[in-house]
Amino acid sequence: MTQRLRYIIFAAWVMVLASTPLWAENYTVRLAIIVAMYTALSQSWNFIGGFTGYPSFSTAAFFGLGCYAGALTQNAGLPVILAWVFATLFVGLFAALLGGIILRLRGHYFAIGSFGIVEVVRLVISSWGDLTGGGDGLNVALVTGSPNVVAQTFLAVMIAIMLIVFAVTVVVDRSRLGFGLRCIQQNEDAADMVGVNTTRYKVYAYTMSAMFCGTVGAAYASWTGYIDPSDSFSIIMTVKVPVMCLLGGVGTVFGPVVGAAAFLLLEEFFWTRFLEYNRAILGAVIVILIFFLPGGLLGIRYRELFARARARLSQPGAAT
Amino acid sequence: MSAPILVLENVNKHFGGIHAVTDVSMGLHEGEIVALIGPNGAGKTTLVNVITGVHSASGGCIRFLGVDVTNQRPFQAARRGLARTFQIVQPFPRMTVLENVAAGALFGGAHANLRDAMAAAREQLEFTGLTGFADRAASALTLAGRKRLELAKSLAMKPKILMLDEVNAGLNSSEIDGALTLIRRIAERGITILIIEHLMKVVLSLAHRVLVLHHGQLIAEGDPSKIVSDPKVIEAYLGEKFARRLKEASSHG
Repeated sequence: MTQRLRYIIFAAWVMVLASTPLWAENYTVRLAIIVAMYTALSQSWNFIGGFTGYPSFSTAAFFGLGCYAGALTQNAGLPVILAWVFATLFVGLFAALLGGIILRLRGHYFAIGSFGIVEVVRLVISSWGDLTGGGDGLNVALVTGSPNVVAQTFLAVMIAIMLIVFAVTVVVDRSRLGFGLRCIQQNEDAADMVGVNTTRYKVYAYTMSAMFCGTVGAAYASWTGYIDPSDSFSIIMTVKVPVMCLLGGVGTVFGPVVGAAAFLLLEEFFWTRFLEYNRAILGAVIVILIFFLPGGLLGIRYRELFARARARLSQPGAAT
Repeated sequence: MSAPILVLENVNKHFGGIHAVTDVSMGLHEGEIVALIGPNGAGKTTLVNVITGVHSASGGCIRFLGVDVTNQRPFQAARRGLARTFQIVQPFPRMTVLENVAAGALFGGAHANLRDAMAAAREQLEFTGLTGFADRAASALTLAGRKRLELAKSLAMKPKILMLDEVNAGLNSSEIDGALTLIRRIAERGITILIIEHLMKVVLSLAHRVLVLHHGQLIAEGDPSKIVSDPKVIEAYLGEKFARRLKEASSHG
């Protein structure tokens, strides 16, 4: 598939998501918001997990911090948009400071360390009752308007965030930074030896992977109007997001978009049809997909696949 | 001779109780080819690692072009013009050969953008004879090809000093001849070369000067013909029989 065709399909997909209020009921609009939200998270993860090759499980920590940073500043009287911007910068700064320490770990150790951050931040937030409301959660001022208007507003917001992260991904992919991150991903010692400032580049990637999660978190808090620690720092989210990226194609521009869409549509499909076993079935599907498609859905050579299928069909006797 | 561009003063490196490098002092002059020889475990690679910042020095001082570079980070060494190849080749396996070399040009060679870096990389591929493999994955090259790739990548960094860690190990004799020609042509560009080498044939035909390391200490230094008859070197590294053969060979040649 040519790069141009991919951009066209992506644009069409954005149009489909954006137009859901025109042709579908609120349930589907809600699904579209979730798709845009997870696409943004998955694209964010791609900076550190995909380009740089550091398996980060801190997504939920950044998302949750963004929820609280946005909600608290909003409740303190900051206009909604400024609260989101504040959450973005706050989470970005948090990750930049943290990155200098945690990015010294490699491989499994980094994965475990990044996972621990989710728990630490969750515990701090839920213990700091005076500020955060602790386990009781926190109410956020609701956006006024009918349910339809609210849904349309947040659909627009999530799609906008998704497009911003997409644009940043495209720029990074073509830049010196992206090239350096790929070098680190393939051989960090060699990257160091050719003159890549590996520590700085890794901190950049980690910060980029965090800050947009902060934006998404803050927007999510405004959307739902209520947040609590177990919802904001969900372990499921911290695992889901990397899986989406792997499913689509790790370290590519379009992988997270394809992966998030495929994952959420599959989840929806199994959820409605197999109410009891949907998680188990989805888990099995994911394992099979990742096992047989290490390059993700984008890694499949569709043309070869079609050619082989056609060859088999045209000479049925030869296929054994 | 002019002042050396790289100076080591009493450089030490120990790992816990093991003294890998002890009180090494030496200098490299612009444009010369110096061979670093010694038995396995003598500390040759460790010394290169200390110079390029992979290991920090436990003591002593390293100066490059008058600047104190002791305990620099590897990427700083690369940008300053201290390039090295690895004994075990270190490519970016899933990038193309061209991209591998471009990485050296972009980050180590301080090219402003990717396009310039790619152009510079093509020149180095031409120079090392890898042009035909430019678009192949680095992992698809043969060992000799990957050693050449290491050279091309290092050269793209526009080094002033190039440290070659056993670039000929594992190559057959025609491949070695090819590598020798290449190293000579690199030296002709005015790049100072420090070569770690076990093959005395290579050492004798290339080096202007030889340094001998044994148990982390510099035990001898001088021009190649003197080194092969130095009793200390014979005892520590070459062995009686081999030294006699080398001396006969050099007197006949």
